[in-house]
Amino acid sequence: MALRVEHLRVYYRTLAGDVKALDDVSFDVADGEIMGLAGESGCGKSTLGKSLIRLDGRMRYVGGHVLLDGEELPVWDDEAMDRFRFREVSIVPQYAMSALNPIRKVGPMIRDLLRARGVHPNGIQRELERRLELVGLQPDVLGLYPIELSGGMKQRVVLVLSTLLDPSLLIADEITSALDVSTQKAVAQTLVEFRDRGFVKSLIVVTHDLAVLAQIADTILVMYAGKLAEKATAEEIISTPRHPYTRMLISSLPEVGVRYEEKELRGIPGRPPSLLEPPGGCRFRDRCPLATARCAQEPPWVEQDGRGVACWEAETTTTQAALLAETR
Amino acid sequence: MLRLDDVSKTYHVGSFGRGRLAAVREVSFELKAGEVLSLIGESGSGKSTIGRMVLRLLQPTGGSITYDDADIGKLRGGALKEYYRHVQGVFQDPFSSYNPIFKADRIFGLVHAGFFPGISRKEWDQRVRASLESVALNPDDVLHKYPHQLSGGQLQRLLVARALLLDIRYLVADEIISMLDASTRIDVLNLLADLKARGLGILFVTHDLSLGNYISDRTIILRHGCIVEMGATEKVFGDPRHPYTQDLLASVPLLHTRWEQDGSRRVAEPRPDPRLEAPRLVPVEDDHFVATG
Repeated sequence: MALRVEHLRVYYRTLAGDVKALDDVSFDVADGEIMGLAGESGCGKSTLGKSLIRLDGRMRYVGGHVLLDGEELPVWDDEAMDRFRFREVSIVPQYAMSALNPIRKVGPMIRDLLRARGVHPNGIQRELERRLELVGLQPDVLGLYPIELSGGMKQRVVLVLSTLLDPSLLIADEITSALDVSTQKAVAQTLVEFRDRGFVKSLIVVTHDLAVLAQIADTILVMYAGKLAEKATAEEIISTPRHPYTRMLISSLPEVGVRYEEKELRGIPGRPPSLLEPPGGCRFRDRCPLATARCAQEPPWVEQDGRGVACWEAETTTTQAALLAETR
Repeated sequence: MLRLDDVSKTYHVGSFGRGRLAAVREVSFELKAGEVLSLIGESGSGKSTIGRMVLRLLQPTGGSITYDDADIGKLRGGALKEYYRHVQGVFQDPFSSYNPIFKADRIFGLVHAGFFPGISRKEWDQRVRASLESVALNPDDVLHKYPHQLSGGQLQRLLVARALLLDIRYLVADEIISMLDASTRIDVLNLLADLKARGLGILFVTHDLSLGNYISDRTIILRHGCIVEMGATEKVFGDPRHPYTQDLLASVPLLHTRWEQDGSRRVAEPRPDPRLEAPRLVPVEDDHFVATG
């Protein structure tokens, strides 16, 4: 098991109180698994990604454990985590620009970084160039300033850089969101290739774009309002979602081929609850058409046939979906 | 009718402005009432520049944009104000469209003072409420609130409601839903379809092919400032003729079909085409044009 997260809670400190962005989250990522982490803005997916590598100043560790390859990651201790960062856990941020020093050429910047981590840059230079070539970049990008690269090129440079020491876990935070469709495809496929070549053992791909995950992820974990909603293989999530939220979310996505005149799609009415004082029970119940009195109690996380879901009505959803499929 | 004839926009770039960058090259099309026209392109394709020129936020360096046979570049004073009564825009980032220190509904007051000073406060308030209801907002939920108290989808609808208070005929919608969450963006998109049914002409600027496909009657695919393919949406998407359109469609992530493992991962980086003249568009069938050369 590459990664195991148990009952992780991370809150944001604000003047109005604690924002419970990550509230009792547990899951596993297997060796070689690409796990997609999906959800809407404010659901806690980026917080989860960041918590595994570095809590920023506003984030407060409240409880829980993170185990990477059987060893506990001291996520609450900024200094103790330093030993793991870049070597064991690495991250590619949403805006590659924010990971590159704008006033330093790419090559020297990478050398600085390696030295700061106690790695001699010369020993790794050939591997660096080989990997750049693998993602379709000439070694001369090392002599350029970040501003001279396009968005997709920058994203690939950061991808190569952050996986240079073959980390066990890579967190890719919305890395394709700011890219054009054709570059998006190239960058997404690079992630898969890096996994296949063993540059990273497992990956967490954080994104709001389920269609990208349907392309590259092995499993998808859907979050809603700071909690887990559902986890299953990518195919199961897309074709037979069990949580009503996942189902409504997927049915609201327009695909090429779907036209308004033929099929009007519907969004999900309402908005997610405030995480300052989240309501008890299921957090989706105000927006859920299946909600019953039972939903006032928090639904347990139930694992069955290798997939997990937190919904009292998951069985109803499954039966409904089966019935729907039959009538079709 | 809004009509663009050989519209170009060339920027001076580089040291001392010696370089030339053709952001838009000889683009011609028409937007009719009751029609949604999608301008689809990747970054740097000139799609937003076209939208901004239609709104007269930028001046074209060549060609002309006409609205009901009047060249909009020549409109001044009252005539320009009259133009804005009919043609309005909504942009990508709803949060930056508001002044954060004022309440969000101030945008309605500005329209009142600027365009309808003769209407009484009471009647105006009624119009505002009616307009909000027509974009599926509950007036009591959104009036007298600050922008940070409202969601992106609500703010975006407020901007559409503001545009509707004028006698608008055409709306430039520039990436208006790319910052919204998946569960709410489809509702804003459906709102555009409602407006179309009411007879509005909508120029829908987007980088997202599936959104353009969902909503529009006609589609224009742009690349490096030129039209590469144009026509009825079902023809452009159903039977793309230009290799660029075909590549774009093959790159779109779909939910139910995986990308083909075609080794197309090493895409060529888009480089601006140094030529200033645009390729010629030829018809391949009724209402379907493709660039040649």
